[in-house]
Amino acid sequence: MNDRPLLSVRGLTKRYGEHVACLDVGFDLWPGEVLGVVGESGSGKTTLLACLSGRAPVSAGCVEFTQRDGAVVNVLEMSEAARRKLARSDWGIVRQDPREGLRLGVSAGANVGEPLMALGARHYGRVRAAALEWLDKVEIDLGRIDDLPETFSGGMQQRLQIARNLVTQPRLVFMDEPTGGLDVSVQARLLDLLRGLVADLGLSAIIVTHDLAVARLLSHRLLVMRRGEVVETGLTDQVLDDPQHPYTQLLVSSVLQP
Amino acid sequence: MSRYNFAFLDEHTKRMIRRALLKAVAIPGYQVPFGSREMPLSYGWGTGGVQVTASIIGPDDVLKVIDQGADDTTNAVSIRQFFRRTTGVRTTTRAHDATIIQTRHRVPETRLAEGQIVVFQVPIPEPLRWLEPRETETRTMHALEEYGVMHVRLYEDITRHGHVETSYDYPVRVNGRYLMRPSPIPKFDNPKLDRNPALLLFGAGREKRMYAVPPYTSVRSLDFEDYPFTIERWEHACALCGARDAFLDEIVVDDKGGRMFVCSDTDHCERRRSAP
Repeated sequence: MNDRPLLSVRGLTKRYGEHVACLDVGFDLWPGEVLGVVGESGSGKTTLLACLSGRAPVSAGCVEFTQRDGAVVNVLEMSEAARRKLARSDWGIVRQDPREGLRLGVSAGANVGEPLMALGARHYGRVRAAALEWLDKVEIDLGRIDDLPETFSGGMQQRLQIARNLVTQPRLVFMDEPTGGLDVSVQARLLDLLRGLVADLGLSAIIVTHDLAVARLLSHRLLVMRRGEVVETGLTDQVLDDPQHPYTQLLVSSVLQP
Repeated sequence: MSRYNFAFLDEHTKRMIRRALLKAVAIPGYQVPFGSREMPLSYGWGTGGVQVTASIIGPDDVLKVIDQGADDTTNAVSIRQFFRRTTGVRTTTRAHDATIIQTRHRVPETRLAEGQIVVFQVPIPEPLRWLEPRETETRTMHALEEYGVMHVRLYEDITRHGHVETSYDYPVRVNGRYLMRPSPIPKFDNPKLDRNPALLLFGAGREKRMYAVPPYTSVRSLDFEDYPFTIERWEHACALCGARDAFLDEIVVDDKGGRMFVCSDTDHCERRRSAP
């Protein structure tokens, strides 16, 4: 099973008319691997993520995903029904703004339980037990299971969103700036938590971020993007400690050294 | 009244509605759009149901109209009068004798038979509306059978109240496929929809949708394995006819806390009282 990448991307291109958002992006993601995508704002990171998860139509290219049964499917050519089903059972999508990824009008427990019920869970007691287990894992006080996410702080909302995405035990998680908009100490705790979860569960993940510290902490490999193109790839430490491309050098040197 | 066409609507409109109805019957529980017309009563008073009835009624039909189970409430009386004046058909209060029963908020207690048609007045046809405001998205959810989210609502009910609090317009799954709002009937009536020998038609005038449950089609109320679907029960019997298995209305009879429970289905109650 491990002799084949989980996700294989070739020649992915996305155009908005004349404007190119992603040009000829290609990479392999192996099971258990965390891939960081870095680059400045507007370099096509988020668009890339949307294209990979099938949420945005692609101009050209091929995204192959290895399913649990070993079958390889082209995500871009699947019917919408099959793709949404795959997304429900095998993927997690963590948004930058937790308000987009959560249902704010229903309780925290229902937010975590919803993906399970979408997959066919029809036993209230078991859904609730799973919700409690996951709230515990993301360090949310269990007493708040019946509270609305609206009453949560930003950091708690983000952790709740992570629990909601991991409860179905997905094989691939897409994260778009998971620590964006949080203050530094909360970021640090969230990163700690994410690193633990990724290691414990053996998750494969693609993390889009503009924060090199986040990339260094979480990802095994890096993809550096600029104007829709991948300018450099490699092991995280290698790319950050010995950047080759002038743009990567600029990016690395732009970080303030304390 | 000769200025009006038979049953008020013109023949082109009736044909359009009948086409939509045929499609609705062919795909049980699926909401079919139709060109809803302006009717001589306000939205929310049964414009959808009236258009369905007007399109299917013929000179030989016998019509019964119920509002909250009763034949003598304003809505029921005026709709019945409307059809008597525009069609001249016979009307009745006996569920047994009617060929078409237009209803708001109840299914008759009398067991229906093959050949009868029940027309429901529907305010909001979309069961997913409470959590998804976009019509494009709810249609996709129906198409892809993404109904797991409906259980979130039941989950919230159980979490807050210890049981499913939704007591009317309780969501059902039709023929194992489409999720459907059974219109604001009490959940007490949900089991009557299941494999009913009569044809059940639903019309929503303002929302311009109609849907149907053909005879003998399975209609299942959503529930959890550990919180199965239940219907209302009363400690009282009907104060008039003594029925224990009917849906009861609570009526306040004085200002000293006095109250009585009576059948909401007036026809059912009267028939039981007049029976020897």
